[in-house]
Amino acid sequence: MRFTGTDTYVATDDLMMAVNAAITLERPLLIKGEPGTGKTMLALEVAKALGRPLHQWHVKSTAKAQQGLYEYDAVSRLRDSQLGDGRVHDIANYIKRGPVWEAFESGTPAVLLIDEIDKADIEFPNDLLRELDRMEFYVYETQQTVRARHRPAMIITSNNEKELPDAFLRRCFFHYIRFPDRETMEKIVEVHFSGLKRSLLQQALTVFFEIREVPGLKKKPSTSELLDWLKLLVAEDIPEEALHSQDQGKIIPPLHGALLKNEQDVHLFERLVFMARRGRS
Amino acid sequence: MLIEFFLKLKDSGLPVSVKEYLTLLEAVKAGLPGYSVDGFYYLSRACLVKDESNYDKFDRVFGAYFKGLTALPETLAATIPEEWLRRQAELLLSDEDKALVESLGGWDKLMETLRRRLEEQKGRHQGGSKWIGTAGTSPFGAYGFNPEGVRIGQDGSRNRRAVKVWDERQYRNLDDSVELGTRNIKVALKRLRRFAREGAAEELDLDDTIRSTARNAGWLDIRMVPERHNAVKVLLFLDVGGSMDDHVKVCEELFSATRTEFKHLEYFYFHNFLYESVWKDNRRRNSERFGTLTLLHTFPHDYKVIFVGDATMSPYEIAYPGGSVEHHNEEAGAVWLQRVLDVYPRTVWLNPQPEDRWDYYDSVRMTRQLMGDRMYPLTIDGLDRAMKELTR
Ligand SMILES: Nc1ncnc2c1ncn2[C@@H]1O[C@H](COP(=O)(O)OP(=O)(O)O)[C@@H](O)[C@H]1O
Ligand SMILES: [Mg+2]
Repeated sequence: MRFTGTDTYVATDDLMMAVNAAITLERPLLIKGEPGTGKTMLALEVAKALGRPLHQWHVKSTAKAQQGLYEYDAVSRLRDSQLGDGRVHDIANYIKRGPVWEAFESGTPAVLLIDEIDKADIEFPNDLLRELDRMEFYVYETQQTVRARHRPAMIITSNNEKELPDAFLRRCFFHYIRFPDRETMEKIVEVHFSGLKRSLLQQALTVFFEIREVPGLKKKPSTSELLDWLKLLVAEDIPEEALHSQDQGKIIPPLHGALLKNEQDVHLFERLVFMARRGRS
Repeated sequence: MLIEFFLKLKDSGLPVSVKEYLTLLEAVKAGLPGYSVDGFYYLSRACLVKDESNYDKFDRVFGAYFKGLTALPETLAATIPEEWLRRQAELLLSDEDKALVESLGGWDKLMETLRRRLEEQKGRHQGGSKWIGTAGTSPFGAYGFNPEGVRIGQDGSRNRRAVKVWDERQYRNLDDSVELGTRNIKVALKRLRRFAREGAAEELDLDDTIRSTARNAGWLDIRMVPERHNAVKVLLFLDVGGSMDDHVKVCEELFSATRTEFKHLEYFYFHNFLYESVWKDNRRRNSERFGTLTLLHTFPHDYKVIFVGDATMSPYEIAYPGGSVEHHNEEAGAVWLQRVLDVYPRTVWLNPQPEDRWDYYDSVRMTRQLMGDRMYPLTIDGLDRAMKELTR
């Protein structure tokens, strides 16, 4: 079964190829790209399109590779022993399965998302290599080996905060999601708002891509900000003329707070517009 | 043969491994690329390239190796039989399409014409009959035909394109050796952070030492932690030019984004070349000036100095008193730059102009000479080299 995007997710040809290669050869797929380019959503959509269960692991900066497999909750056990709880005698009661374990145990092939792997320690990816290669791991506490019943499709995302180790990279397929060009963006908007007035969309996209070009922004608006903004424009019935401007750069577009979430960016933007007005009129 | 392609990639400095090459073969055997060169391009890129900064290099090698290729070569077909041969069946040209190709002098001629048109075409175009656009009667436009794996139209959710993807060089901006822009700013930031933390010393963690010494039954157990910030101190001089050059601006953004990582980071602006005064706020450049001499006395020798500017001007502006375009300078710019160099042994000049154009300008050559060759292009790689020089 091939992934070709869904009615809620726009996938470019190169992305589809990377996904299908990873699924077919059962290797992890590493996805990079600016925030908001649909990396996390991809895993959800692949699971949906292929009808597979999804197991998600959202990596935090303090995460250890071990936690994806399982965690031994010694504190609960200690507490239970003080309370004289009978469960305390079976250590298995205190083993908490992680998302990797869940994906391994799945009765049908699953999709495993390891989201934002670059947040964790540099060693994190390397610590997972063995498990991901051999599709099994050992639980010391219960002396049991957990083997994958089916190799899950693995989608791993990175925001490029840290470089990833070569040994890890060599095992993955890789795809970098480029920030969508105008046409792709139109399609993305289309899947979220079918029937949006074409002229409004065109105006809005022009404004959006212009704002992205404003130099010095801390956080450029991404797809999700564009979608939020469009939602507001529609909800508030903003007439499309409000987005028109004969003198580009001289108006502050309505509801621009939805596009620029960072206060400093809003100030910077307003100042630039203000300066443009003063300078040219 | 695929192995040759692989070796070409290796030669070009891409970090490809045999393991990845074997994965590619496996994927080709599994029929993943389908019947098109495009498919093969996407697949091989996903297998062999693991960092977007190498996409462009890959595109170039791919373009050169599979140049003019409309079908995959015989030799390749021999290694991976049937899959590639089946692509013949994919040529779903209608008779009309075929006649059109013929009328244009055959496939090769068509590709050649297409390439030329693309070169002629500046910017986007809608309609018209000569140009390649999204509508109109040009044979190259959308809803045209779809021969030989080179898609020249839009169908469904596919990307519109009328040129082979790898020839578009869309990832040029991500290449290390390309000028700094918003796209690769992240990588640049990473490098700068590394620079800022260089040599970060460890310091005694008193609390932890006491705790672990106590736990150690009184035997001293010294605990160290890395110093939070390191000692790198930087003076940044930015050329604001007539209108602040985009690249200089990127550089400014870059440093301000990493400002907290440095122990000290001070910016100053100048115009074209350094003279007796600089300023900190472009809006008040006429009222608030800082004497260059004062700076030399204020900031100690261990500051590292970075100039950012294109150094493109008339040679007079460097070599002669009164040469400045903006004001009357008593002493030549070269004298001022020399003073800075005398005080700060670690000084570099970042030049946003492409390195291969430096030689065209006398002023660049002069500046470079004054700098003792410590001029670097404003690319990730240039930045790397400059930082290396500063921490030498
Ligand atoms: N290709 C796409 N098709 C449809 N929606 C998209 C696409 N890319 C991004 N989006 C929208 O942008 C939002 C942010 O995507 P997300 O997956 O969270 O980005 P990332 O993980 O890359 O930061 C999604 O919830 C979705 O609404
Ligand atoms: Mg995400």
